[in-house]
Amino acid sequence: MTGDDSRHLPLEDIHTAVGARFGAFAGWSMPLTYPAGVMKEHLHTREHAGLFDISHMKLFEVSGPQAVALLNRACPLDAGALDISQSKLSFFLNEAGGILDDLIVTRLGDTRFMVVANAGNAAADEKHLRALAANFDVRVEPLDRVFLAIQGPEAWAALSRAGIETGSLLFMHGVEPRENWFMSRSGYTGEDGFEIGLPEADARDLVAKLLADERVLWIGLAARDSLRLEAGLCLHGQDITPETDPAAAALMWAIPREIRASGAFIGADALRDAVERGPAHKRIGLKPEGRQPVRAGAALFDANGNPAGHVTSGGFGPSAGHPVAMGYVATALAKPGTRVFADVRGTKIPVDVSSLPFTPHRYRKG
Amino acid sequence: MATTYFTSDHEWLRVEGGIATVGITDYAQEQLGDLVFVELPEIGKKLAKGDTAVVVESVKAASDVYAPVDGEITEANGTLSSDPSLVNSAATGAGWLWKMKLADESQLAGLMDEAAYKAHIA
Repeated sequence: MTGDDSRHLPLEDIHTAVGARFGAFAGWSMPLTYPAGVMKEHLHTREHAGLFDISHMKLFEVSGPQAVALLNRACPLDAGALDISQSKLSFFLNEAGGILDDLIVTRLGDTRFMVVANAGNAAADEKHLRALAANFDVRVEPLDRVFLAIQGPEAWAALSRAGIETGSLLFMHGVEPRENWFMSRSGYTGEDGFEIGLPEADARDLVAKLLADERVLWIGLAARDSLRLEAGLCLHGQDITPETDPAAAALMWAIPREIRASGAFIGADALRDAVERGPAHKRIGLKPEGRQPVRAGAALFDANGNPAGHVTSGGFGPSAGHPVAMGYVATALAKPGTRVFADVRGTKIPVDVSSLPFTPHRYRKG
Repeated sequence: MATTYFTSDHEWLRVEGGIATVGITDYAQEQLGDLVFVELPEIGKKLAKGDTAVVVESVKAASDVYAPVDGEITEANGTLSSDPSLVNSAATGAGWLWKMKLADESQLAGLMDEAAYKAHIA
């Protein structure tokens, strides 16, 4: 699976040494699982602390007198309303209101922001942002960092033992604890946790300290996916795409009310139209009856056998203890408890529309 | 005396009295990871070599297990409905998948013995 065009993680040697199994993801050769296996890795993260190498994701520093103006144009966001160190989920939209990528924007200073983008879209995001930046007095700088996530109820304690205090940092906030470091209390598992961008040498040192702690285990991309699905979080390219807008994706909570009404971001008119019309399909959770997982791509039908939507992510939820899935159904069917049917290799599996997340979020909000 | 054969798709079959017990190898279960569901075949179903007989599902993905020879399903391992992880813990024993009546025993000649299979995965 490691083709010549795959990019390799700076810490690949560490993953290889502990027996990671690699696979291709978004143009990268990524650790999928470690010897413990996806089930143990998943549960360990929920119970203790999981360490993830997410260096395939991209950090951009956006700075300069018009940094706020650029971000307000690029995203449905009021960047100027963010407090210093506050983070916010936002999007790059296309003119049709479709989601080009989902991002976390953190305000580091009056005119300085950190933008974290998804691996698969990093190159397109950079191009998009640079093209927009040409009209503003602003600098867009992709950072060369190792990016680690440590997630789980004991993440803060493990970091503390490794010499990194996290006490006053709350969920969806980010700081620069050391030179060329960026640390936010955020993540993609539903657990309390942190994402840390840092230079490679520092990362090697930090990883060694963290792994000396028995509460910390390397976690691969396979468990990252089952954790984020249980947490009801969207994977771009799968649950959200340039064909879905934030209204259909049930992500309008990420767009401040006044920005919905008057923001001049790219895609604003289309998004306002979409909200006005009301989405034809809505993103929902899906709980299959029984033990058989329902996977991405499965078609959904209503009780009368009419097409009702499709599954965008699906698998087994080790913490939930049953299969879990996410997808889109016609808005009339989007109410939790509604029964639909998924076509799995020709058999119709009963599936109930479920509220998200499947496992409660345990973020540290205050 | 039962004889065990192996396929290049990582199935094993133990043949005794014209009936083959079929499962996946330990190497295969390790590649797949923790299984959470096994979709078992119907008794009486006739399969040609290469047909999908069983689908095994891990947390992450569904994988087909193929019929290694032509034949008819005579039994499915119902224990796996409640405990699919048996395939992980005892792939070549209690985690067997199905039994089938061989339609053409001469097909066995095309399969590998244990030594050849070990060389195949080495």
